[in-house]
Amino acid sequence: MSSTATTGVAVGNDWADVTASEGSLRRFLHGLPGVDQVGAEARAASLGTRSIKTTAKAYAIDLAIRMVDLTTLEGQDTHGKVRALAAKAMRPDPADPTCPATAAVCVYPDLVATAKQALGASGVHVASVATAFPSGRAALDVKLADVRDAVAAGADEVDMVIDRGAFLSGRYQQVHDEIVAVREACARPDGSTAHLKVIFETGELQTYDNVRRVSWLAMMAGAHFIKTSTGKVQPAATLPVTMVMVEAVRDFREQTGQMVGVKPAGGIRTSKDAIKYLVMVNEVAGADWLDPDWFRFGASTLLNDLLMQRTKMQTGRYSGPDYFTLD
Amino acid sequence: MARVDVRKTYKLFIGGEFPRSESGHSYVVNDGRGRFVANAASASRKDARDAVAAARKAFPGWAGRTAYNRGQVLYRVAEVMEDRRPQFVDAVRQGEGGTAASAARAVDAAIDRLVWYAGWADKLTQVVGNANPVAGPFFNLSTPEPTGVVAVIAPTASSLLGLVSVVAPVVVSGNTVVVAASPDRPLAAVTFAEVLATSDVPGGVVNVLTGPVAQTVPTLASHMDVNAIDLTGLAGDPDQALACEVAAADNLKRVRRAPTAEPDWTADPGTGPMTAFLETKTVWHPIGV
Amino acid sequence: MAKKSTPFEYAPAPESRSIVDISPSYGLFVDGEFVDGHGRSFKTISPATEEVLAEVAEADEADVDRAVKAARRAHSRVWGRMPGRERAKYLFRIARIMQERGRELAVLESIDNGKPIKETRDVDIPVAAAHFFYYAGWADKLEYSGYGSQSLGVAAQVIPWNFPLLMLAWKIAPALACGNTVVLKPAETTPLTALLFAEICQQAELPPGVVNIITGAGETGRALVSHPDVDKVAFTGSTEVGRAIAKAVAGSHKRVTLELGGKAANIVFEDAALDQAVEGIVNGIFFNQGHVCCAGSRLLVQESIADDVLARLKRRMSTLRLGDPLDKNTDIGAINSAEQLAKIRELSEIGEQEGAGRWSPPCELPDHGFWFPPTIFTGVTQAHRIAREEIFGPVLSVLTFRTPAEAVEKANNSPYGLSAGIWTEKGSLILKMANSLRAGVVWANTFNKFDPTSPFGGYKESGYGREGGRHGLEGYLRGEG
Repeated sequence: MSSTATTGVAVGNDWADVTASEGSLRRFLHGLPGVDQVGAEARAASLGTRSIKTTAKAYAIDLAIRMVDLTTLEGQDTHGKVRALAAKAMRPDPADPTCPATAAVCVYPDLVATAKQALGASGVHVASVATAFPSGRAALDVKLADVRDAVAAGADEVDMVIDRGAFLSGRYQQVHDEIVAVREACARPDGSTAHLKVIFETGELQTYDNVRRVSWLAMMAGAHFIKTSTGKVQPAATLPVTMVMVEAVRDFREQTGQMVGVKPAGGIRTSKDAIKYLVMVNEVAGADWLDPDWFRFGASTLLNDLLMQRTKMQTGRYSGPDYFTLD
Repeated sequence: MARVDVRKTYKLFIGGEFPRSESGHSYVVNDGRGRFVANAASASRKDARDAVAAARKAFPGWAGRTAYNRGQVLYRVAEVMEDRRPQFVDAVRQGEGGTAASAARAVDAAIDRLVWYAGWADKLTQVVGNANPVAGPFFNLSTPEPTGVVAVIAPTASSLLGLVSVVAPVVVSGNTVVVAASPDRPLAAVTFAEVLATSDVPGGVVNVLTGPVAQTVPTLASHMDVNAIDLTGLAGDPDQALACEVAAADNLKRVRRAPTAEPDWTADPGTGPMTAFLETKTVWHPIGV
Repeated sequence: MAKKSTPFEYAPAPESRSIVDISPSYGLFVDGEFVDGHGRSFKTISPATEEVLAEVAEADEADVDRAVKAARRAHSRVWGRMPGRERAKYLFRIARIMQERGRELAVLESIDNGKPIKETRDVDIPVAAAHFFYYAGWADKLEYSGYGSQSLGVAAQVIPWNFPLLMLAWKIAPALACGNTVVLKPAETTPLTALLFAEICQQAELPPGVVNIITGAGETGRALVSHPDVDKVAFTGSTEVGRAIAKAVAGSHKRVTLELGGKAANIVFEDAALDQAVEGIVNGIFFNQGHVCCAGSRLLVQESIADDVLARLKRRMSTLRLGDPLDKNTDIGAINSAEQLAKIRELSEIGEQEGAGRWSPPCELPDHGFWFPPTIFTGVTQAHRIAREEIFGPVLSVLTFRTPAEAVEKANNSPYGLSAGIWTEKGSLILKMANSLRAGVVWANTFNKFDPTSPFGGYKESGYGREGGRHGLEGYLRGEG
């Protein structure tokens, strides 16, 4: 897994003309090609009919496990809960040490230190939500303090939420500038920076046109990853919404040479679901994105289903929940 | 010693389930010869209220299905009815009297009527909708849409064929319905509800209330969340029918008036029973580069 | 499509053949039974592997005559006088059985035709069953059709090989719903699902003679449509044969409907939803290997976005998977016959000779069977033969235009007029284009969508008459008076 020490190409300069004013930003975003809902959903559904068996399935399951950001984001989270989660992330299958570890754990900022300590040098990252997650409804300086706190506590990655109210009322420049400010707040004293994921809450943005626009907005502002949802609002991630975001990162790379990652979160419960996402990424953006550095699943119950499918492929028998931890 | 039979309890059908009346009341149902058959649930105004709520909840889903799907579901109801034909023949004979042959004819006609309506689901739009050649560069299309929740007072005498003939035309286009079954002959209606429950009909699309008319009908007629009412079952009761029509006017329900006498259910219904519960939406769009 | 070293290789995912039971030989289905044919029997093969599937009877003139007589008897004595509600129930039975045996039909169709199981399973078979459901529902309400309720009598129906069972459904369902009886000849390269359909008619206990299936090639078809005791001729196939049929029935009492070739323009404007437009282009010409009369075989792309669209199209084409029709991940199956493959190759060579730029994604073709990679020709103009002649294969000709008026002009500049596609986010433009295009089916922001309720048919040399919907009844009813 790559380190988060690289800063990548400074993006702000490439888009200076576009982001110079509210008007120019609006014209750019509204000039992007539209998305036809029926056509997009039909393509996503068609990708979901791919039949992935045997060796392909085994590959996909292991890859999916390695892409999981194992998540707990509840008011009732405690240090104990986070330690248990971290243990599961490092060793998902107690009976099988060949099972790969997950990409990261994802927790609230005040539990980052506990997660960091529990994970040690295992290579599993700590991702922290921030910016008054999940609603994002707080003053900017409060949100930035939230970010700095998470970074100082040792977070490798920060999952921020955009201000959906600002986006839906057309204040694109405000949304853009906040992302830039958060990215700056991800900087560490040693010059490295925590990786920034920008959560759109696609369930609130509702249209695919909005999702396409906000994807470009976030990428222009310097997001390392774009993420569908907080998991607290229905609908969370869907295959077509994620597909539109994958199209956006593909087109962004085509235009700028830069890669941005994609993370669907919430609502992905079964291995079958996860594999559909991998097929979609494979056929829409290409194999370069089939890597935990560029694609993640924000999930909790998904992991156990992946483990059960993995076990079935190895032993030939269907397994049951008794054989896996319920962290 | 002769085997003791296990007798059925006749309950209401609301939201896809079979509850007793919230009032706890039941009433005696006798057969065509005056012999005791059952204590059927006696629906209260609160049951009527709950049924309307269930119908409203089911409406977006049912109206949102493809016409093809609704047709398939209605055809499935016919399949299951056909499978249970002997049971329905008994129910009709028990409730209406007459010979086995006349009951069988009524059941066959009811099944065929359901098949007829199943076939209307994806054709109604083609027959009552159309483009309009307006005098200007506009595309103009008129299409029918279901009106919403419809209260139906089922015929009193024809307990199965009449029932199917007032329920099917309402739901085929996507409406949901609350039916007040024939008070004296509710048994076929309850058996019909059992078929609906096992035929892929989503819960709440059809809700069946049994019991005396006075307890439920005024509530349905005056309910502000009911979009239309079919007063067919009040044929021969002009005072009650008038009262209902007046009450219905408060939220401008579409009203299908009671005929003077119960009609001949074997006749071709025409499209009237369906179009009575449709709205027509006309859309304009300019034509130009 | 490329065999590049991508880590996510899809393993073979074959649909099992075991559900299908192909007999070594088949007779004709006449008057409710399978009987011997008296012509020279022929073989049907799998175009993906070239294996022989079965020996099929050829109906000679006497066989055709027997079949028409059986249909006539069934019409005058049984079907023509049966109340609509009873006819309806037979058709509903057939529809149901087609659903029940859906997987079996899909596998058989893929084996006999060469098209991917994904298409037969998800499109061909379900839509065919839906066609029977739809028309079953008309049988008892013809008085609402606007065309009266009197049947014509006996219908002679000849169908092509590109959608064998679906074309059968498009012909038989409305004919029977209106009270006609039929004699249908499936294409010689794809008889098997029609013969299985005959079995379904038996399972539904359809009265004998209502449906007759006679197999054979051109001669059988000619004998059938020229038989004097036929009241209606319905044909789907090439414009060339359609012309011959129109001449053959001239001066007779026979009603005729024809669904012929096409060279549809798929028009992409600069403000189109680009990703969906690319899907629409791909779907328009590569679905069913381009063996579609209404295929979007000419891409008319607005010059300002042509380069962008072509780049996206090529990238998208590179993910198409060509191979075993029974593999669930196959997108492009086999070409239906050696003959058709030769035609596609010939016209493609002509395209190159005429100077168009030819491109296909790298593609490994299997050793046996008939295969052609998805191909585009760029720099095509209306003067090129590949812009005018129907190729009937996975070959797209790409032209450009500047303005809506120019797009209309180019799209209409064809003897054909079956279908067209329009891609733009502007509603008024869609309607303006739709109004101006001389095509029987216009798809806006979609393509190759079929539904039993939606009438289908062409303008000009794409034929006349409509199939599907209320309008599809017209061809099978006497009409007023």
